[in-house]
Formats: sequence, C-alpha cells, structure tokens
Amino acid sequence: MRNLGIICFSLILIVLAGCSQPPKPSNKIILWHWMTDRNDTFQKLAQEYQQQTGVEVNIQLFAPSDAYSQKVIAAAQANVLPDIYGVLDKKSIVADFIKAGLVTDLTGAMDADGGQWKNSLFDKALADKSFEAGNIYGVTPGIYGVPIDVTNEQMLYNKRLLAKAGIKTPPQTFDEFVRDAQALKRVGITPFVSGWGELWLLDCFASNYAFNIMGEDKIFATFRGQVKYTDPDWIKVFSIFAQLRDKGVFIDGIVTKGNKYAEQDFALERAAFAFNGSWCVNVYHDMNPNLDYGVIPPPPISTAYPLKIWGSAGSSFVVNGQSPNKDKAIAFLKWLTAQDQQVVLARETNNLPSNKQALVDVSPILKDFAKGMDQSTHPNIWPLNEDPSVSEAFDKGIQDIIIGDKTPLQVAQEVQQAKDLQRSRGSI
Amino acid sequence: MDQKAKAAALFKDNLQNFLFVLPAFSIFCIFYIYPFYKMINLSFYDWRGIGPMHFIGFSNYQELMGDRLWWNSIGHAGYITLIALTFQNALAFALALACDREIRMKRFYRLVFFIPPVLSEVVVGLIWNWILNPETQNGQYIGLLNHFLYASGFPQLVHNWLGDPKTALTTIAIVNSWKGFGWGFIIMLAGLQTIDKQLYEAAKIDGAGAWKTFTNVTIPMMLPVILVVVILTILGCMQVFVLILAMVNEGLVHHTDVPVTRIFSAMQNTNRFGYACAQAVIFGMILVSVSFISKKLSDKAKQV
Repeated sequence: MRNLGIICFSLILIVLAGCSQPPKPSNKIILWHWMTDRNDTFQKLAQEYQQQTGVEVNIQLFAPSDAYSQKVIAAAQANVLPDIYGVLDKKSIVADFIKAGLVTDLTGAMDADGGQWKNSLFDKALADKSFEAGNIYGVTPGIYGVPIDVTNEQMLYNKRLLAKAGIKTPPQTFDEFVRDAQALKRVGITPFVSGWGELWLLDCFASNYAFNIMGEDKIFATFRGQVKYTDPDWIKVFSIFAQLRDKGVFIDGIVTKGNKYAEQDFALERAAFAFNGSWCVNVYHDMNPNLDYGVIPPPPISTAYPLKIWGSAGSSFVVNGQSPNKDKAIAFLKWLTAQDQQVVLARETNNLPSNKQALVDVSPILKDFAKGMDQSTHPNIWPLNEDPSVSEAFDKGIQDIIIGDKTPLQVAQEVQQAKDLQRSRGSI
Repeated sequence: MDQKAKAAALFKDNLQNFLFVLPAFSIFCIFYIYPFYKMINLSFYDWRGIGPMHFIGFSNYQELMGDRLWWNSIGHAGYITLIALTFQNALAFALALACDREIRMKRFYRLVFFIPPVLSEVVVGLIWNWILNPETQNGQYIGLLNHFLYASGFPQLVHNWLGDPKTALTTIAIVNSWKGFGWGFIIMLAGLQTIDKQLYEAAKIDGAGAWKTFTNVTIPMMLPVILVVVILTILGCMQVFVLILAMVNEGLVHHTDVPVTRIFSAMQNTNRFGYACAQAVIFGMILVSVSFISKKLSDKAKQV
C-alpha cells in the first residue's frame, strides 16, 4: 500500500509540474530569432546591454526560417511565446497574432520624445508591421514591429564578365538588357541567374514588371477581382518570361534552383547578372571576396509607370502582448535600433541598417542598394494581397512558361481560373 | 478471507497494474491518439494556423476530390513507388543473391551497398544535384553525369535531367531507388541466409539446375520476405518528400509534386491548415488501404 501511495504522489507531482504558472516579471528577457548569420553579433550586443543596464537578454536561435515560423505558430497556440520574437508570415497572419493579443502596439513608444525613435528608422521598414486606419484586416491602427534591418531585391551585374563581352555600362532598359544578354552568350557567358526554385523571388521579379507595365491601381484592382489576369497588361508581364526564355537569357535549371545555389553561381562568375536581395553582399563576400559587381534596379520595359522593387524590413521583431516584461523588451529593441548598435550590426553582418543615421558607415555596394529604398514597395505594405492559392498558380504558371510547357495566354487563363475558384469559395 | 477483503485486494491489484500501465498509455494518448483526433477534427475547419476557426463540414474534402494537382501528386508518388518496386527491389534481390554466395570481399560489398540508406536524404539530394548539374563554366560541364557523357563521346545525351518535365520525375525516382535499395538488400540477404541449405542439396540430388532451384526453392522460401520488402517500399516511397525538396526545391512546377509536398504547400504557402489536414487524412486512408491489400496478398501467398 505504501508503494501505491508513492506512485500516486509521484503522478500528482508530474501533473502539477505540467500546469503552467502565469509568468512573473523578471530582469531577464527572452528573444527568439532565426538569423544564423547575425547570432554572434546579437549575443555580443546582448552582453553589452546587460553590462549597461543589468537586464539579461537571452538570445535563442531557431533556424532555418521555415522551422522558426512553424515554431512561433505552435508557441502561439500553446501561449508560450517569448518576450521578443518575429512573425515571418504574411500580413494577414501578423494581423491574426495582433488580434489574439500576442503582439504589443508600439505606437506610444515610437511617438515618445517627439517621435525620435520612429523618425530614426526607414519609413518603409516600419510600414512592414504597421497597420493604417481602415485596414482590411480589422486591426487597430498602429506600429506593431521594430525593424532590425532593411532589405531590397535588385539586379546585380558582374563588371568583369560584362567587360569581357564588350559591355561598358549596365543596361538601363529591358531591350538593352536583352541585347547585353545576347552579347554575353556570344562569348560563352550565361547571362542571368536567380533562385527561382523559391517562388517568392520569382513573384518579386514578376511584380516589379507588373508595377512598371500597369501601375499599382490596376494590380490592386486585379486582386479585388475587378481586372482579370487575362487582361493584355498581365499577358505582357507573363510574356517577359517567354521572351527571356526564347533569347536564352536564363541559366539552365533556373526554376528548380534554390537561392543558395544561385548565389553560388553568381559569386563564382558562372553568370553575369543575378536577381537577389541586399543580404547577398554578405554571402558574395564569403564566397568570393574579389568579386567585382554592381547593383541596378531591374531595367524597365515601359515608361508608362515607374518600376518598383520590393524593399522593406529585412527582419522585424515584435513584443509579446502577454509578456510581463513588455517595457524591458521595448527598451532593449529601442537600444538595438539606435545608431551605435545599428552600425555594429551593419558592419559585422553586411546588412542594410534600419536606422537611417547608421547608413554613413556601410560599404559602397550597400549604399547603392540603399538608394533603391526610394522606389521600393512590398506586399506587406500593400492595402491588400492576392489570395495565396492564386499567387501559387501565378508563380507556378511563370515557371511553366520558363520551361516552355505553357504559353503566357494559357497561364493567364489558368491563373484567372484559380482566382474564379477562390471567389466562388468566398475566400476573396 | 471474507468477500469484502478479497474484493479490496483485487481492486488494489488492478489499481496497481493500471498505474503501472498509465505512463505508457498517457504517452500513447498524448502523442498518437490526440494528434490523430486533432488532425481529423481540423480537417472540418477553415483555419490559418492562428486566429478563429470556422467549421465548414466536408467542404475541404469536397474541394480535395476535384483538386487535379492533388490527384496528380498521388500519381507521381505511385510512379516513384512503381520504379522502386521493380528496379530498386530487383537490384536489391540480385545483389543479395550475389552476396549470399561464397564470393571474395562480400563483407565489403555489404558495407558499400548499405551506405546510401544510412545517408541523410538531404545529403543524397545535394550530392545528386551536383552530379546532375546542367550548367557549364568555361565550356566545361559542371555536373559529373553530363561531363562524363560529353567526354565519352555522347554529347547528344547531355541533358538538363531535373529541369525537363519529361525526365525530372524519373530522375528523382531513380535517385530514390539508389538511396533505398540497401534496405531491401539487407532484409533479403537476411532472408536468404535463413533458407535451409539442405533444401538446396535435396534439389541438387533431384537433378534441379540453377534456374529450377531458384524458381522452386529460393523464390517460394523468400516470398514472405519479399512481401515485407514490398510493403515497406510502398509505404516509404509514397511518403518521399525530403529528397524532392533537396533536389528540386519547391518542385519543377507541378511535375514533381507528391502528396507530402502538396500537404506541406497547403500549410506553408497558403496557410490552409484545415485543407492540409484533409489531405493528410485522405492520404493516410490510401496508405492504410494499400497496406491492408498487401497484407491480404501476403497471407494468401503464404497459404499457397
């Protein structure tokens, strides 16, 4: 009977140990992130912060970003999120986090002291996790995230390979780009590489040209279902890929290529042009420190509307709405995005800082990338986004065009069918 | 001992037994039964992983029935499985037969044949990505296969193996077979070694040649083992996923989609957790049915 009592007591202890206690305020804050390349610098800065303030910041890395994203969603469901974390998902999912009370509204902290903190950061980076009045997600307007750095996606060109093909200046128009690609092919150089096995990067390139061909009003009208994907302007967007395919501009296997491989191809001078994000500066430097390259926006195909590139917060953190250490978490993020810390982050990780004043201390190539922020846009700051199923049909359709399986018209019709299906389901 | 005391002792015994079983039973319920129940439950909801859940009845299943991409992905997995059942298992059986004989260095061969299965699928995918790389640099093919084909006088065979819809799935199926044949090899070799040698001697005395001995002794004795390998091959190949991700990322359009990549895509790309769960339920039912049919066939074969 004594044994039975011990067993029962042990079981009760196990059960009680599993019951969660409400978290108490402490002098320690926990931060979850996914940025392997920035972990050492984060750890170093956290130590410095503890020396300055006495607040311990426990930095925990969970990579890769896909796994991180799933971990955050699972932690949100179990209500065990840390004090500071990032939501890597679409804006609609960020909105769900906010509505569930899992994200703190930072507007008050940003506007304090005459908006000193807010004004120090790039507007477009802040917009990534901000919600305007009357937003379609039903979120209370405000600023909900702190950008740690900014990124944008542009075209890179290898100066040595271009010179080998007799090209003196990088292309300014789409026609010049196609002409340069032919010149490169004549001397046996592959013109263009990108990691279009990753759909978002392909989507980014296509939407750059959609902005250039039809302007943002028509794009958003399409998302609302007022313009069809079979519209001639959309066919023009799809036809860009058919034209580039026919001219042999793409590297072989571009539609199954991960961006890591594409970065390797460009860094090892297997292709003259690449389409990539500003983080590539760090990657290329590691792979080939002697690589001589420059950056330009994708050459426009039309003069009707300005070509817009994707640019926004590279990585943002949010403060857990249910954290007992909210104030300490906000204070740490404010410190992390101040000029001195941003200079350290930019210098050690070769990323564009989110603090505008920290730009003075970055490399010339990063400064060139930073110029692109003026003409940048991003799905996270658009008033509405396309349904993910339609986006998938759109991106996969472009891959179909590139491998020669379908024509632009066929793809346009199929994307419209996907759109009609989603509308009939009532999800749009 | 009176009736009351007996009942108390019995109750104590039962309670003690129950308490000993309780930890294992709890783990089983928490990690198997509950997730299984939750998955079926979620398949009736429209849910994005966070936020409100909307009950939609059988809508996810209705949509799934008309989802051409989903059924194509089942077909692709079936094709990969078919290649494994034929090419992979025939190779495994042939090599097991060879290693069962008294040949030199047979321990070394066993070791070599078992290397691919113990490698991670990501590693295998990356190695084959390099072998199949279609690119050139300074006029030289970077990929080993195309380089070899070109150098040995077959430039017409040089191909973008993973970038062409006509060859991508077959290439993946062959790499999958290369990775998987070692399991079949080990199981079949173990099976061959359990066959009583006296049966072979008796067949020899009866005047049976090599082929007759193979068809009348080896095959019938190996049938249960072969069926186990077949079932394991089917279950393993239908769920192939990591290898595809490592070789073609999110896929060559939809030409290399398999059920697990579709489920992953529904969760990761389109945040449709309910739809992904409905896909998982249907896929699970298909696998259970295939296993059930294989088991029945196996039982029948044993009776014969």
